[in-house]
Amino acid sequence: MGDLTLDNMSNQYFDVLKELGNIGAGNATTALAQMIGTKVDMAVPQVRLLDFKDVGDLMGGAEQIMAGIYLAVEGDIDGSIMFLLNKVAARHLVDKLMGTGSKPEEEEFDEVEMSALKEVGNIITGSYLNSLSMMTNLKLIPSIPYVAIDMAAAILSVPAIQFGMMGDKILLIETQFFDELKLSGYFILLPDVDGYAKILSSLGMGDIQL
Amino acid sequence: MSEIIKVGMADLNICVSPDGITTLGLGSCVGIAVRDPVTKIGGLAHVMLPDSTEIKNNSNIPKFADTGIEELIKQIVAKGASRQRLVAKIAGGAQMFAFQSSNQTMRVGDRNVQATLKKLKEMNIPVLAQDTGDSYGRTVIFYPENGNFVIRAVGKPEKVI
Repeated sequence: MGDLTLDNMSNQYFDVLKELGNIGAGNATTALAQMIGTKVDMAVPQVRLLDFKDVGDLMGGAEQIMAGIYLAVEGDIDGSIMFLLNKVAARHLVDKLMGTGSKPEEEEFDEVEMSALKEVGNIITGSYLNSLSMMTNLKLIPSIPYVAIDMAAAILSVPAIQFGMMGDKILLIETQFFDELKLSGYFILLPDVDGYAKILSSLGMGDIQL
Repeated sequence: MSEIIKVGMADLNICVSPDGITTLGLGSCVGIAVRDPVTKIGGLAHVMLPDSTEIKNNSNIPKFADTGIEELIKQIVAKGASRQRLVAKIAGGAQMFAFQSSNQTMRVGDRNVQATLKKLKEMNIPVLAQDTGDSYGRTVIFYPENGNFVIRAVGKPEKVI
């Protein structure tokens, strides 16, 4: 038995990961709605398995300014989770959370707003991890959140490098949610080398045969 | 008309003046620009990881600093550049998130820069300039015509090294 990686994973296993992604994103959307106190609708999440060279083209281009919130994960699986959304969506959510009314979308985030943005990421990724943990019975402990606002490709280089240690593809989950605006968010869950095998076997997928 | 050739993540390509070559949004990855100032043949590699020998699944040559640089040089020389005249400029290797960790994977930007410098030294290719480290992403454009390496970052003035 070799290592289970995204490059050699069967469709059956991939479907299970997709479903986990869907449920996690659904829970995260509910948490988001509670946080900003409005109804939030969600489109069916899209799970994408991409080659590195195509990563930049998603999210409106490699140079699209995005906010990325990153948490390390420890426990039964070591790894990390990242939530990305474009700067306009980040501005919108922060304004909602702070209750300060809408600011121009190009306005930079001040220190308090940056910490609000971290909290948005914390709650969204936390509820995502929670649902994953409940389904798999694996203990997943997130670190404090770290935030970066920069070009999409530059932020994505961090998870891409981690995926790069295992293979040549990156797995990400695109969710669209709507309150007054349509917002696109992206989850990237990065288990370590044996993480996928652990997740799948904890769901009763049996011995992983390649 | 000159063209600007695009290089993706874990990718490399070569170009001949007056064309330029670019890669968008370097984060912790490193962009390595090499040219022969006489024939004005050059190339750009966008490497993600320092060392192919540390990774079991290492068939993707442009992904690693060691194998990526070797392949870039090979292709530039095959196009007609002189191996002895080659010079390099490098950019990238940022730490995108402010981790307080000494964890190896978190410091990958710095390790990419060190591995790149080491490989270029081993191959006797002088590094004329570098814009590396810090915590922001960089888009780079390289012109083998004059060796200009243009660096753009969010909220910062454009610079040429």
